Amino acid sequence: MSAPMVYDPGGYELDEDQKRVIRWTIYVGYIALLAGIFHGLAQALSYAKIDILGYFPGLRGYYQGLTAHGIANAIIFTFSFANGFLPLMTARATGRQLLRSLLWLSFGLLVLGNLLVIYAVVGNKASVLFTAYAPLKAHWTFYVGMALVVVSTWVASANMFITLARWRREHKGERIPLLAYISVFSYAMWDMASVPIAVSFLGLLTPWTLGIIPKIDPLLTRTLFWFTGHAIVYAWLLPAYVSWYALIPRQVGGKLISDTYGRVTFLLFLLLSIPTGLHHQYTDPGVSPTMKAVQGVLTFGIMVPSLATAFSIMAALEMGGRANGGTGLLGWIRKLPWSDPSVVAQLLAMLTFVLGGATGFVNASYVMNQVVHNTTWIPGHFHMTVGSAVAMTLMGVAYWLIPYLTGRQLWKPKLGVASSWIYTIGILIFARGMISAGLEGMPRRIYRAKATYTDPAWDLGGILTGIGGTLMFIGIALFFVVIAMTVIAGKRGAGVPADIPFSETLAPPSTTGWDTNLDRIKLWVAVAIVLIALAYGPFFIMYFPARFISPGFTGF
Amino acid sequence: MKVHTYEKAFLIAGGVVLLLCGSALAYATFGMNMHLPGKVAQIDPMKVWQTPPFTSPGVHKTGDDEYDVVIVAMAWAFMPAEIRVPRNAEITFIATSADVIHGFEIARTRVNMMLIPGQVGRLTHVFREPGEYLLICHEYCGMGHHTMSGKVIVE
Repeated sequence: MSAPMVYDPGGYELDEDQKRVIRWTIYVGYIALLAGIFHGLAQALSYAKIDILGYFPGLRGYYQGLTAHGIANAIIFTFSFANGFLPLMTARATGRQLLRSLLWLSFGLLVLGNLLVIYAVVGNKASVLFTAYAPLKAHWTFYVGMALVVVSTWVASANMFITLARWRREHKGERIPLLAYISVFSYAMWDMASVPIAVSFLGLLTPWTLGIIPKIDPLLTRTLFWFTGHAIVYAWLLPAYVSWYALIPRQVGGKLISDTYGRVTFLLFLLLSIPTGLHHQYTDPGVSPTMKAVQGVLTFGIMVPSLATAFSIMAALEMGGRANGGTGLLGWIRKLPWSDPSVVAQLLAMLTFVLGGATGFVNASYVMNQVVHNTTWIPGHFHMTVGSAVAMTLMGVAYWLIPYLTGRQLWKPKLGVASSWIYTIGILIFARGMISAGLEGMPRRIYRAKATYTDPAWDLGGILTGIGGTLMFIGIALFFVVIAMTVIAGKRGAGVPADIPFSETLAPPSTTGWDTNLDRIKLWVAVAIVLIALAYGPFFIMYFPARFISPGFTGF
Repeated sequence: MKVHTYEKAFLIAGGVVLLLCGSALAYATFGMNMHLPGKVAQIDPMKVWQTPPFTSPGVHKTGDDEYDVVIVAMAWAFMPAEIRVPRNAEITFIATSADVIHGFEIARTRVNMMLIPGQVGRLTHVFREPGEYLLICHEYCGMGHHTMSGKVIVE
């Protein structure tokens, strides 16, 4: 692959010791992903009325597995990756080393949090699903473990902020490098967004499960969950966007068209990701429809940065394809590096994200949401966002990142390409099944193989879910073979990326004028806090005092 | 701030789509009178059975072609589990939970709400087609969740 348009920054080395911690942080995520996909397979097959739960030794119920699947794949996998990836990007973009102490602290908290959650979930003490709606009551190790995972992300953020602050002290008057900017904004958004869930888990649910407070407020804890819970999907998505904006253009031999638009996109995510959570509660009694409508409008607002992303990334891809000799209206698509497993995984991820975004539009739509709320439409949607756009991007990144971190060549890249194609075909079949059956009212989160009710209209959707889910499982299993063999048996030496492939923009960022205001991180965080206060303030003012009315239930 | 022509056109087109969809939703809400569940009443979830209207779950005629249907959800059943209502009548479902969070979905209709302990949920619907409709708990509520359903028979 020729990449004549790209300037090679080069000359940067991250300490071996820091590489090791980052590597192990990301391995924690892969181990979680591996554990979670077995449950995913069982759940997809259950929708096709095939019950393989009996083959899971030690598993005491369907919902225990569903809890494990959600936490392992949606929380641990994504945040372990981001905890390693985003600080690494910040370090590379600023050409600095990270703080060793904070790297280890973040890793330690992540592992400790995981051990507590594993203890709770494996022992069937916390089969409350990852949403953990009270008054279903889990063991304290579950809430504290989840909170520690959140704290590990804060420590990883601190590492990035301090690294960037040190760089800025030495580079007065310079613009923040784009890659550092978008990485830091991703976690700055998440740091604000994660406060409500930390307050709920540590301040309310832990004292309740320990018996310090006898009863809990179900609507308050649910609202605090979704206060974090919509922004969490952007916390999953933004590390993938970092790769699409700053790495993929170079990997395909193109450039990012506009530095300013990259920054504006991440700024809009910082401002709008959080004051939108009530659209997950459109069907909740006890929440005023006016507040729901306000956040519904803001939810439409957050589609703008994703629309801008679609333009910028497509433009960068087209530029790369044409630089590689592509001609005509669509001829450049063929000239993209379709043999590079890292690129293929992410191109296919973008494809599924178009469908994921379009279905999300329905979820966000005020009264239309009632047609699909809590049906299988919803998991159909989010398996096309976090379950493929994000997951496949993180897999695609791994195809260069793991060789970079281990100093070993990628083992059988062709198998990596095959993995992505199989996974994509799988997700399209799976989502088609879940979405069509969801429109017929098939509920999500049910053990369908043993359900006492059914509807013939759900059968085709259920079967497609089972077939698609099986293909997804095979696709990811191949990914694990490639990565595990790379780590164990990859050849050292030539062919190992010595540096991180990040791109430049067509024009450098301007150092004068309005653009420079984009770099005023503290100002924008303050604006975001004002927006959040406006969107959530009225709800809490009208809601308080809290109503501690429900004792706990543990019917699992 | 320089904006490329194509990008400007793309974002304007996107903005127009968002506005059109937003207008459609506004029309559905105000023009077609479709509403989301809101604030109705708060009750003590430990005293559901002693609090009206949940002292008498079931179908109550409240006017010409108007009915209230009072339902209590609990792990893992709806009380009552089977209701009969006439078609083309205005049916108001009034429901709550006696224990954990449950769901309240009548398959292939817009009747879809959460049942949260301490909150009363209310939704109005007119069934145009006679037949048997599935009433489903669509929020995880414990190990018997997939056995929690009921029937709405429209005559």
